[in-house]
Amino acid sequence: MNITRRQTLFVSVGAAAFFAMPAFARRLGAELDLEARTNEFTEGAEVVDGDGVVIKAPEIAENGNTVPIEVSAPGASALIVMALGNPNPGVVRVAFGPLAASQSVSTRIRLAGTQDVVAIAKMADGTFQRASATVKVTIGGCGG
Amino acid sequence: MNKFKALLIGACTAGLLPAAGVAGPDDDKLMVNDELDLATEVAAPAHLDGALGSTIYSGWRFRTDETQALQLDDFDNPAMLTVDAALDAFNTPDGSEGKSCASCHTGGPEEFAGLSASMPKVIDGKLVVMEDLINSHRQEVMGAEPLKWSGQEMQGMVALIGLQSRGMPVNVAIDGEAAPFWEQGKEMYYTRYGQLELSCANCHEDNWGNMIRADHLSQGQINGFPTYRLKQAQLISRHNRFRGCIRDTRAETFAEGSDEFRALELYVASRGNGLSVETPAVRQ
Amino acid sequence: MADGVKPRVKVPKSASAGEAITIKTLISHPMESGQRKDADGNRIPSSIIHRFTCDFNGENVIDVDLLPAISTNPYFEFEATVPASGEFKFTWHDDDGSVYEDSKSITVG
Repeated sequence: MNITRRQTLFVSVGAAAFFAMPAFARRLGAELDLEARTNEFTEGAEVVDGDGVVIKAPEIAENGNTVPIEVSAPGASALIVMALGNPNPGVVRVAFGPLAASQSVSTRIRLAGTQDVVAIAKMADGTFQRASATVKVTIGGCGG
Repeated sequence: MNKFKALLIGACTAGLLPAAGVAGPDDDKLMVNDELDLATEVAAPAHLDGALGSTIYSGWRFRTDETQALQLDDFDNPAMLTVDAALDAFNTPDGSEGKSCASCHTGGPEEFAGLSASMPKVIDGKLVVMEDLINSHRQEVMGAEPLKWSGQEMQGMVALIGLQSRGMPVNVAIDGEAAPFWEQGKEMYYTRYGQLELSCANCHEDNWGNMIRADHLSQGQINGFPTYRLKQAQLISRHNRFRGCIRDTRAETFAEGSDEFRALELYVASRGNGLSVETPAVRQ
Repeated sequence: MADGVKPRVKVPKSASAGEAITIKTLISHPMESGQRKDADGNRIPSSIIHRFTCDFNGENVIDVDLLPAISTNPYFEFEATVPASGEFKFTWHDDDGSVYEDSKSITVG
């Protein structure tokens, strides 16, 4: 059977589209989830980058399974944390009660790879502020 | 997939070449609970004959600050959840005789202070490790089922007993009855295994301090085992770690609880003679 | 109920009135993410602790919704104000309906 260049081209494009599709769809799914989570938290209000929220996270994590982070947002009533490169970006949502001495929390999270971790806080005046931190997740020695 | 594997092996091998800008251990001090000072660097034991230079270092010194921090406070150390569960098990009767560990060991786990620092050791002509002692007492005294070698019940118990020696120097005997087992372990340490033809020494003696891809190679000391590994999020036994290393050379590995691994455990432990027992340590 | 789930909580035994104290909590739980597959290639369903709360004498300190990106053995550290002697109550809610509780008393003197 003779295959023309044009046919080859079509097949290649088709194959590329086929293989690219699931990843693209996954990516889109994660972004829609991210948007949905943000909107659910902010009820559509504007979010600005601000220094009212601070994320402390390691620049390099030796293992993505257990990455310590600390988020603080003085005066905030609640905050959410999202990991943009995870299959599902949601990480945690924290509401501070009247007996919280500071609006700060530390926990340990899973990161599927190198990515940005984002926190959005609802500040005392009802506005929303955002901060982010990049965490490089390394891969161990022999595939470990 | 095959291409990925080839890349992986290439990267592994390339990572073993002496890197420019060798990064040794850091200078951090390991003080647990603000009160217990652990020796993470001591003079190398004489039997090493300079193979690791003049000083041996705990693997803790090769980790990032965030991983190190998890071992500084027993509350922050996730291994302690498993140790807590083992303490409950210690006091809970199991088996046909209706006994718990505490039935005989009335002084509690504290009775075992110093024991782990001298393990493995030869008892009645046989080289035994802590898992052997636990299972033989379970079977012969309690009439209970043996625990699975690398299961969390077993490793929690090994860690609970090891914790009683925390801060004491590792001091395993390598002479007398132990000598032939030690020689066997040493032979294994320098044997190249697998398709990658790597021995323990190729990484942990020739290249400690270098990076193997993104991983900072330690001297492969086992003074902190059982160790809570963030990767598996559970306590990892010494034999499980040996198996993992040999498997990564693409070799058929020895079994956990095999005589080969007992001998290797004795030899590797002896390379850390003088370092503080850190059990349970936290690693990546 | 997931096997052997056990909370650990660290609270100072005493404080002065209105003092800010640090609380640490840890609970043994696999936090199965729903992303892993078993040996046969079947997806292991998600099973996590999805909510954690801390209250003091009935008033809330912190209320946390957890998602599968929280690591195995969930850990939280935060600060609480202690107005008077009383009891901290800690509650974890498992997907399977189990509720794990712990409490710690603190004396204000």
